[in-house]
Amino acid sequence: MKVLLMGNPNVGKSVIFSRLTGVNVIVSNYPGTTVEFTRGTMRFKGEKAELIDVPGAYSLVPASKAEEVAVEMVKEGDIIIDVIDATNLERSLNFTLDLLESGAPIIIALNIWDEACHKGINIDVDKLEEMLGVPVIPTCALTGEGIKELVGRLSEAKSRKVKFDDKWGEIGNIVENVQKVTRRHHTPLERLGDASVSPVTGIPIAILVLFLSFWLIRFIGELLIGYVFEPLFENIWTPLIMHVSDFLEAGSFWHDLLIGQLIDGEIVYMESMGLLTTGLFVPIAAVLPYIFAFYLILSLLEDSGYLPRLAVLMDTVMHWVGLHGMGIIPMMLGLGCNVPGALSTRILETRRERFIAMTLLAISIPCMAQIAMIAGLVGKYGVKGLGSVALTLFFVWLGLGLVLNKVIKGESPEIFVDIAPYRIPLFKAVVKKVWMRVKWFLKEALPFVLLGVFFVNILYTFGIIQWIGKYTAPVVTSLFGLPEEAVGALIVGFLRKDVAVGMLVPLNLSLKQLIIASVILAMYFPCVATFAAMLRELGIWDMLKSVGIMLLATAGVGSLLNLIL
Amino acid sequence: MDDGNSLVKAEAGKSYRVVKIIGGYGMIRKLNLLGVKEGKTIKKISSQPMRGPVVIEVGGSQVAIGYRMAARVTIEVIA
Repeated sequence: MKVLLMGNPNVGKSVIFSRLTGVNVIVSNYPGTTVEFTRGTMRFKGEKAELIDVPGAYSLVPASKAEEVAVEMVKEGDIIIDVIDATNLERSLNFTLDLLESGAPIIIALNIWDEACHKGINIDVDKLEEMLGVPVIPTCALTGEGIKELVGRLSEAKSRKVKFDDKWGEIGNIVENVQKVTRRHHTPLERLGDASVSPVTGIPIAILVLFLSFWLIRFIGELLIGYVFEPLFENIWTPLIMHVSDFLEAGSFWHDLLIGQLIDGEIVYMESMGLLTTGLFVPIAAVLPYIFAFYLILSLLEDSGYLPRLAVLMDTVMHWVGLHGMGIIPMMLGLGCNVPGALSTRILETRRERFIAMTLLAISIPCMAQIAMIAGLVGKYGVKGLGSVALTLFFVWLGLGLVLNKVIKGESPEIFVDIAPYRIPLFKAVVKKVWMRVKWFLKEALPFVLLGVFFVNILYTFGIIQWIGKYTAPVVTSLFGLPEEAVGALIVGFLRKDVAVGMLVPLNLSLKQLIIASVILAMYFPCVATFAAMLRELGIWDMLKSVGIMLLATAGVGSLLNLIL
Repeated sequence: MDDGNSLVKAEAGKSYRVVKIIGGYGMIRKLNLLGVKEGKTIKKISSQPMRGPVVIEVGGSQVAIGYRMAARVTIEVIA
């Protein structure tokens, strides 16, 4: 038994999916949040049924790859829950009529019902049900209203093999008969919405929002590190670990692996390189606070509906680098972690755009784990440190984008996107989403960090870093002006960039070297998780091209920095 | 292209009627799917400088349309 959730983008399919399966999925307030099919199980008539969350589409007449996939899916569904947006009946009905024509058994969730009521949109549900010939249940997925009834009436889903000669005429007819709109004044949120996309007010708003976001991320991150995580490690973990250290005896194999090197008889969390010291401190005390802060702010931006408005304002700039405004979304998500960033390039229409977006992402957008470590590394130099790295990467992004846009054949399509109304993020939804992402980080990143630290030990124990260092000296030393040992960071960077940045700490680099090392570590190659995601999205051939661009750009930018700084 | 009466030249804050969409089947279809159809009443919300996108309100929702696409939507002032 297969139940499909289908409908236009940003109508709340994923929220209903979460409600029905109990499986948490990322939901946001912009079209294209769900780019992959998500499968889960739900209970239906005492039995297990498979529920599939299908990425949104505006039509079932296949015109794009995404729609072709949707058409294929329809054939597989035993029941289709057509989720429609009560605040935009006309648009939703086009998809609904397409579904009716397909002959699939359908039940309709008339979602966003509460907002329609507030907007003065009155829909006669019984009449709509009668005219469409399939059950219609008003729902408000965010609060859960109507979901029980939807499940209760699932078995009433009806198949109507019909053919509409004049689809738009039929839609007009239905809308006219079931919907009454009472005019009312603009709400403050709507006025703010209009102000956010008008250039005179929109650009200052964007600057304010972005500045406030970065400031808050830094503030929350530093606060958590300084007042929670560092004291936790210093006061509770250190005494415990020192006991273990005494027991294992410094210099023994297990001591080196678990505790690492003691510096003047003390554990230095950023330098000791043991699994229980640096291996835990980096992900939990140095990176996690920033991950939490970043995802808290991102979730607020996503759920409020600000991102598509930022896309409108950034459209012209994004066209310079061969993308359109929506290209800002992979970049924003990529700042958290490049993996979801790479996946979200699916909201871009063409292969060309997706190649450019993923290449720019991998080269010039460092993830929050890396940013947190770089901030710690160059933090004492203030703006001169982190600012130089950020500015350099921004110019690389812009410069490389301009070049790719010139060199790669084709043109980027125009932005064409629904701008969802502003919504006040629900506290519970934000907490849930931040928790999911933090959990994901711990599950996906922690093992790799430990593996990275393990590798560092192996590499040093067997003298591999020194050996490779000798052979790569022409590039690392002559070109980039870094000491031979820095190659260790480049090797570990294949696994985790945060551990790699951490490896620079004991090298006593000058500010210039720190900037160069941070920039090339960000650029030269994606971490293994991002590499896998990109390979899957791009295929082997384009991936090779992308890697070629990464290496060339790194060599160029690294040596240039070495010359001019 | 004469875009004297196109969406890009329209005034923000005013309502218009869509007269014609000059474009191929694919583009017309795309616009139709988000509610931009001949004969439809729309309200222009804003347009960005440097040939940036146009935001309109149509059927209670807002849609952002790229400059070149918006230039192909001809409109008339509602009397």
